[in-house]
Amino acid sequence: MKIVLQHLTKRFPNRNKKIKEDVIAVNDFDFEIPDGKLIGLLGPSGCGKSTALNLICGLEKPTEGRILFGDTDVTELPPEHRGVGLVFQNYALYPHLTVRENIRFPLENLRGSKKLSKEVMEEKVLEAAKLVQIEELLDRRPSEMSGGQQQRVAIARALVKRPQVLLLDEPLSNLDARLRLQTREELKRIQLETGITTVFVTHDQEEAMSISDTIVVMKSGVLQQMGKPQEIYDEPVNLFVAKFLGTPQINVFEGKVKDGKIYIGDSAVLNADSLKGADGEVYVAVRPEGFVVDSNGPLKCNFLNREVMGRDTSVVATHPLFMGENIRAIIPSEEEIAPVDGCVGFSLKPSKVRVFDRVTEERISL
Amino acid sequence: MKKNLTAWLCLLPALVFLGVFMVYPLVDVLIYSFEEGYNFASQSFWGTGLYNYSYVLHDPYFIQALKNTFIIVIITVPLSTGIALLISLELSSIKALRDFFQTVYFLPYVTNTLAVGLVFMILFKKTAYSDGLISILLQLFGGPSVDFIDGPYWAKMFVMCFYTIWIVMPFKILILTSALASVNPSYYKAAQVDATPKWRIFYKITLPMISPMVFYLIITGFIGAFKAYSDEVALFGTDLNAAGMNTIVGYVYDMLYGNSGGYPSYASAAALILFAIVFTITTINLMVSRKTVYYQ
Amino acid sequence: MNEQENKKIEINSRRAETTRKVMMYFLLTLWAVLVLFPFYWMILTSVKSYGAYNSEYVPKFFTLSPTLQNYVTAFTAVPLAKYFFNTFIFTVVTTFIMMIVVILSAFAFARLDFKGKDIVFAMFLSLMMIPNELVIITNFVTITNLDLRNTFLGLILPSVTSVFYIYLLKENFEQIPEELYKAAKVDGTSDFRYLFRVMIPISRPTLVTITILKVIECWNSYVWPRLITDDQNYFLVSNGIQEIRENGFGRENVPAMMAAVVVISVPLVVLFLIFRRKIMAGVARGGTKG
Repeated sequence: MKIVLQHLTKRFPNRNKKIKEDVIAVNDFDFEIPDGKLIGLLGPSGCGKSTALNLICGLEKPTEGRILFGDTDVTELPPEHRGVGLVFQNYALYPHLTVRENIRFPLENLRGSKKLSKEVMEEKVLEAAKLVQIEELLDRRPSEMSGGQQQRVAIARALVKRPQVLLLDEPLSNLDARLRLQTREELKRIQLETGITTVFVTHDQEEAMSISDTIVVMKSGVLQQMGKPQEIYDEPVNLFVAKFLGTPQINVFEGKVKDGKIYIGDSAVLNADSLKGADGEVYVAVRPEGFVVDSNGPLKCNFLNREVMGRDTSVVATHPLFMGENIRAIIPSEEEIAPVDGCVGFSLKPSKVRVFDRVTEERISL
Repeated sequence: MKKNLTAWLCLLPALVFLGVFMVYPLVDVLIYSFEEGYNFASQSFWGTGLYNYSYVLHDPYFIQALKNTFIIVIITVPLSTGIALLISLELSSIKALRDFFQTVYFLPYVTNTLAVGLVFMILFKKTAYSDGLISILLQLFGGPSVDFIDGPYWAKMFVMCFYTIWIVMPFKILILTSALASVNPSYYKAAQVDATPKWRIFYKITLPMISPMVFYLIITGFIGAFKAYSDEVALFGTDLNAAGMNTIVGYVYDMLYGNSGGYPSYASAAALILFAIVFTITTINLMVSRKTVYYQ
Repeated sequence: MNEQENKKIEINSRRAETTRKVMMYFLLTLWAVLVLFPFYWMILTSVKSYGAYNSEYVPKFFTLSPTLQNYVTAFTAVPLAKYFFNTFIFTVVTTFIMMIVVILSAFAFARLDFKGKDIVFAMFLSLMMIPNELVIITNFVTITNLDLRNTFLGLILPSVTSVFYIYLLKENFEQIPEELYKAAKVDGTSDFRYLFRVMIPISRPTLVTITILKVIECWNSYVWPRLITDDQNYFLVSNGIQEIRENGFGRENVPAMMAAVVVISVPLVVLFLIFRRKIMAGVARGGTKG
């Protein structure tokens, strides 16, 4: 089931009653989520991604715009008639019910012709439990299980009705690092197995990158970019997207374009013939893996220290034109660094350097 | 719209009951108190004014009730709070038998005050057969033979206050022990390491930390003691005026019902006077507590 | 700081500690005795025979010939069983109706949205300050005019709402995470099903607390029943005991009286001993007597 959002907008009255202007949580969303894919809605907290999710599942009504599931307009449909499953960050399992009763709960709501017999319910519960591999926990209560197990139960409860769309609100945020890794693989597997169109909300770019087929990056209610994870990482449309994706963060310098060359300070760090005649102030952003230690390199930075991470090494340095605290460069661990007078030189890999307009922060393609 | 209707339907029973048995009576009691010469049988009255209040305030029974109530309040509230505080402090610093003591101390809360009052009466009363256990014990130590139930005023007041304290203790001990339990033990550890004397720990740490609860108990204690009635009935019987042990609430009920009853107007005036007193005292209490209580 | 001095300090502090402990246990035991003694005395007296009791000028602290005759007298000479039954009916019905009223109101305040909710709730809260003594006069007149004196309806009706319990339960309902409601909504759960399947089970500890407090209150209620009943057939135990005290067993039969007192006290004491923790936690969380 594909999901189509048409000019979707949601405004809230401002909580501070003195300010008359509404808060726009979701601003003119207009895109299509293809059938059977896993979509990550990514953005910092408060960017409106949860509101977007609530709009899709019907817990909130949009101020403007339409939502279509397949070809059906569901904008005015209450959540229970949309055929969606919802999973929450804190799992929202009913604490007084066992796992079995929790998973069965949505089925018991079915009335009339859809009403199921006890046996069928049990069968469906088992099936859902098997899918998330918790068959042996069916008689426990939520409080007797780990966070990861609880989240599996929550997913099973969302899936038991065979929803057309599965919605996950920060599904992994309450788990510790190891479980998070495990559960996200699990999520991917379940999604592939069921083929249900899945939308999940997260503020963790790594999580979004690792399992999404498509990522939607949001900022203050506005869609920034939509695309495959690698695409967005490689070709961010603006400085915000570039900074939001990738750890360590992309390194941003104040720079300028002059005569087909990119300058940071007085040193030309890169040739950019395509920018000839487009002189001006820019931001130069370099991915951490875009630095090459080179004592003759054009970018001279003040060396602070090196952090060994095993597989590779992180070089921490400063530069007067650097935006932010410290530069972080990732270099292979076997490479040696020999700072001269506390100074380390870098040359840059052209494929890892992005240039953005100083005013609009839009990407300038090289 | 549908949601509105459901909500009001859910509230309907509460609204009806509260309306009939709380809001309406509140208005009504005010009206009663100003209707002079109200006759219950014919439901008629001959004037409006402050006569009811003036009658009540000049009624020697009311004056006696007022005096009794104030004595009970002044003696029992500080005493019960103080003893409860002492007991709670001790309770929280022991381990062995703590559960047992707590259970025992709570027992009076779940007993019928009228029923246990009878036991107290038996213990203190002088009859043809016996001087009563307490009186005999007193005589053992060279005291006089006293009838605490039908005897001198001070003796009756003593039993009264003793029984009141006995009744209100469980609640106070319970509240104070749970308040003490919620004080973070690291404060005590820190104080102990600094060689703070025990009494100083009490005044500087414990008391300020539990002061909101202490004040809560004082305020509710005042309100409760001002409304004393059934404990008196338990000890001295329903004819409290004859025993000279009536309270304001008792006066209200006597005016309303029973041998001396049938005067809802006087009852209303007395009830409103009581409400005014309680309201004033509570306000003063709150003002004092705002100045002295430490809130986290 | 030398070793000898330290030893001295050690011994002194240990001695002070022991004295303190002894004092503490002495005081605690003293109060425990003061609390328990009346209970002991009533049980003791209730098993002494009428003759034995009256012949003791100095009452004995024990008895060698216990008798249950007084219990028989208590049940046969006065309609104690009837009082018991009345109180039982009164307690069960009042508590049951009150629970329904309280749950519905708390549900409306906590979960439903409607116009004027805040105002209505504020009005409810302000009613908490009104003492019972103020409204009892009119209620007496109302019930009398409705011809409901000496009926269970008259006894029960004025005590089936409690603003305080509505407030307590509403607070509890509101602590249930919002996500649970959302999850239920997505699954198509109606508001009432959500109330019965989720809110009520989750709030069970609070509901138990409220029930217990109300049962204690009902079992011990005296003032209102006294005003509204003068027919022995509708007396509750409190009024019954007062009646026994005043008109008694024809003569001053203290042992029988004590037997009645024991019988009346037993149900709540047993209830308390079974649900000790729940009751004490419940009362600590915000119950005042009466």
